[in-house]
Amino acid sequence: MTRIDEKRREWEEKCLKPWLQKAGQREERFETLSGIKVKTVYDPLDIEHLDFVKDIGYPGEYPFTRGVYPNMYRGRLWTMRQFSGFGTAEDTNRRWKMLLEEGETGLSTAFDFPTLMGVDSDDPLADGEVGKVGVAIDTLKDFEILFDGIPLDKVSTSFTINPPAGIILAMYVAIAEKQGVSKEKIRGTIQNDMLKEFHAQNTLVLPPEPSLKVVVDIFEWGAEHVPKFNLISISGYHIREAGSTAVQELAFTIADGMAYVEAAMERGIDIDKLAPQLSFFFNSHNDFFEEIAKFRAARRMWAKIMRDEYGAKDPRSWWLKFHTQTAGCSLTAQQPLNNVVRTTIQAMAAVLGGTQSLHTNSFDEAWALPSDEAVRVALRTQQIIAYESGIPNVVDPLAGSYYVEWLTDKMEKLAWKYIEDIRKMGDGSMLRGVLKGIENGFFVREISDAAARYQREIEEGKRIVVGVNKFTIEEELKIPILKVDPEVQRRQIERLKKVKAERDNEAVKEALEWLRSAAENDENVMPPIMEAVKSYATIGEIMGVLKEVYGTYKKPIII
Amino acid sequence: MEKKIRVLVAKVGLDGHDRGAKVLARFLRDSGFEVIYTGLHRTPQEVAMAAVDEDVDVVGISLHSGAHLALVPKVINYIREYGGNPDEMLVLVGGVIPTDDIVELKKMGVDEVFIPGTPISEIVEFIKIKLPEKRKKNES
Amino acid sequence: MKVEELVEGLLSGNRRALARAITYVENDYPESKEIMKRIFTKTGKAHIVGLTGFPGVGKSTLVSKLTEEFRKRGKKVGIVAIDPGSPFTGGALLGDRLRLDGMDSRKPLWTDPGIFFRSMSSRGRAGGLAAKTGDVVRLLDAFGFDVILVETVGAGQSEVDIIEVADTSVVVMMPETGDEIQINKAGILEIGDIYVVNKADLGGAEKVERWLKYMLSLDEESVQMLSQMTHADEARVASGEFFERRKGWNPPVVKTVADKGEGIAELADAIEEHFKYMKETGLIEKRRRERMKRELFEIVTDDIIKLVKEKTNYRDVIEKLVRNEIDPYTAAERIVEEVLKSGEKG
Repeated sequence: MTRIDEKRREWEEKCLKPWLQKAGQREERFETLSGIKVKTVYDPLDIEHLDFVKDIGYPGEYPFTRGVYPNMYRGRLWTMRQFSGFGTAEDTNRRWKMLLEEGETGLSTAFDFPTLMGVDSDDPLADGEVGKVGVAIDTLKDFEILFDGIPLDKVSTSFTINPPAGIILAMYVAIAEKQGVSKEKIRGTIQNDMLKEFHAQNTLVLPPEPSLKVVVDIFEWGAEHVPKFNLISISGYHIREAGSTAVQELAFTIADGMAYVEAAMERGIDIDKLAPQLSFFFNSHNDFFEEIAKFRAARRMWAKIMRDEYGAKDPRSWWLKFHTQTAGCSLTAQQPLNNVVRTTIQAMAAVLGGTQSLHTNSFDEAWALPSDEAVRVALRTQQIIAYESGIPNVVDPLAGSYYVEWLTDKMEKLAWKYIEDIRKMGDGSMLRGVLKGIENGFFVREISDAAARYQREIEEGKRIVVGVNKFTIEEELKIPILKVDPEVQRRQIERLKKVKAERDNEAVKEALEWLRSAAENDENVMPPIMEAVKSYATIGEIMGVLKEVYGTYKKPIII
Repeated sequence: MEKKIRVLVAKVGLDGHDRGAKVLARFLRDSGFEVIYTGLHRTPQEVAMAAVDEDVDVVGISLHSGAHLALVPKVINYIREYGGNPDEMLVLVGGVIPTDDIVELKKMGVDEVFIPGTPISEIVEFIKIKLPEKRKKNES
Repeated sequence: MKVEELVEGLLSGNRRALARAITYVENDYPESKEIMKRIFTKTGKAHIVGLTGFPGVGKSTLVSKLTEEFRKRGKKVGIVAIDPGSPFTGGALLGDRLRLDGMDSRKPLWTDPGIFFRSMSSRGRAGGLAAKTGDVVRLLDAFGFDVILVETVGAGQSEVDIIEVADTSVVVMMPETGDEIQINKAGILEIGDIYVVNKADLGGAEKVERWLKYMLSLDEESVQMLSQMTHADEARVASGEFFERRKGWNPPVVKTVADKGEGIAELADAIEEHFKYMKETGLIEKRRRERMKRELFEIVTDDIIKLVKEKTNYRDVIEKLVRNEIDPYTAAERIVEEVLKSGEKG
């Protein structure tokens, strides 16, 4: 090491310095997208403090820096999972069948805003939004159509759903029963991550504490009844989309994960039973190496946390499995084809970071819901990485890069600092700390400040966005846009009316009464929700009961 | 005292994407405007009533839900219904809006649509130039 | 809009006219004086309630909940919320309106015709209010609101101006913020007619409550002494004016949890009780008399200065003063004489 040290000094003095004096450089200071300062070059001295066996090691072994499986994509490629859904259940069912024929290997459901917020299509608040950004679901009837001809023992399905997550899970279980598939076998994910809604995504219905209570109810029920189903997708994606840095995304997501584990343990749920059903969801943004480092750091942190802090025994409990979506906020409306390139870089970072599944954005998404063509190109991007680039053939090929290892370690350290601050807010408890941070606006303020900083850099031309503030052109845009039939709302409301007329209203009433009493008496709400769903109660009716018992939440705004 | 330009930054509908609206509010304030932010999940009626009572010069509606063609005209109509005059103000829309819909929205009385990635300085300039122009046109 | 149209509209319940009139007054348009002249006789009926307190104590939420409570009691409510404005850019973020959310989503407060909410920027002014808050409140009064809630900036500075505008001043506090600082700073103890300990579900509410009650039970001299010991806002305390103005009224301390709507009815009761007390004891006239005297003198001063500028060669006099050829007292006498003469001639 002293030899290297001498060599480094010599190089700085004799080689770099005169060169800089003569040629200069583009910037005074180079940093990652998150503002971490980076040097000209990295060498063994920068990772001197790291221990290969302890900190890096081999894939499939603690601390899993290099991946959760020993041979990663040499065994099975990541799941190519394109988030989609629009219009009525029929429309989405058709799009899904197309994607499965095109080689997609997992389904991922986009719901419309009324469904996401737990209001029915005939609610005045839903006016104009039914079926717009995703599929409209009111009752089990819609789910029957949505999964018509799709065998639940063959696919895994992901649901981006939060306040009504338990209702959607119950619907999926009900469909499995109708198809004769045992619920122990069904695979998929519900997002069910309420904490990040308070930080960033704002799909808010119930106040923080009852929201968390319902999440833990789903853990408790799900660990028992649907053992192959991911009961939560602890999400940094939306935190990043709201403007956070990569470090904040990493830190807040891990902090939320810790809060959920603590809440589950408080309930008395066996951590080794639950852990395999926890999954994560990250964003992949433009800074290639920073993103790769983020994914590697996340895995290492989670393994330490689960093994050392929470005492999980089963090595599978130490795994951080995650889904990745390329950064929607990085897409530009200008020169939309450039987005294909951005998405490719981001997707490569996700694969090099060892993701378990991936959604690649379509190039037209800064304009509207993606067209069929754009969706296809997005999927092809993943397929080209998988089958043509050679990237998946070696596990964690960037390990040992002085820069990547240094950056992985740096991000981990910065994230730990945040986590310790949050823990302090909770007097030693991450659960209390996260709730406190929601109450006092800590998370929102951190994210808003980062978003404003990012925008200011663009305004001042310090940050270049190709085609937006540099290399701009006059362009006439002709993007084929997917238009949602304006008739969707009317048709959906009609179906809802029909379901309400034909169902056994007595059974609905009974199930909802059971739900009310369960909520009031602090019992698990999942069994009555299951019953309510099967009786064709609407999402709005079920959420309505929870709102009446727990109250609703209006977010204090911090700008 | 010079009249300050008052801007209502509004989120209409159920979508919770407030990054754009909040960053906009912050930058408009720093550019010397008086900004009233509505917070999330407002109905068209609520936004319209706020626009009238606060006697704003500019109404900026942000939405990423695809419901713009349904909700924006409602805001404009309710402003009229509550006694306000949309012709005296600038009505701006920001969000994920397809090109065809931009044409539609302008027909409905929207002065300009800003898509994601628009530099905020551009929005500031637009307000400073177009507001007096529109007022003048309305008076004559 | 023309003044006639505005005034007529405002007095006949047209919100748009009210909104525009406020804009004219707030920005000191030439028409604003005329508007104020025409509506003044229609004012004096509303109960004007000020809410002040440190940042983060939950004033906006309290305002929202009080509004809802007063609406339940059949009263029409006008609200003026003041936010800080930058003296440098002139910009401001007026965010209090968004707290105006009722408990019942089927009866949104935002579109209730019995409520009018107006945000104002302090435009860099100290004291907790915007320059024209008093006149804006009068416009709301003339329009016919029964209760007018005025929320001060709440930037943690000395915000005692509220007593110039409000009949009832409510000082809002919360536990956990370091009571001594909250209580002793900036005349807080002297201006309140009612004290609120909000967020009372947090630990330490009783401590603040006890401390408040103790401080409020002290006489003027003891408070002065304590305040000096803790470096509080000396000037206001020293005048003793504050003790004089609430004589006989023992300010109640109300505990609330505004988020959950707890204690709101009690607070509304206390506010109404105070108004009744003021009317019965004639305290209200006393306060209004003082306020009108101050305002009259301010206006007269402004007018006289304007006359001086218009009718006299005051610039020459200033030059003489600079050269020490005349003393300021004689100079003032001569100028006043000159103004009076110009009046006789004109």
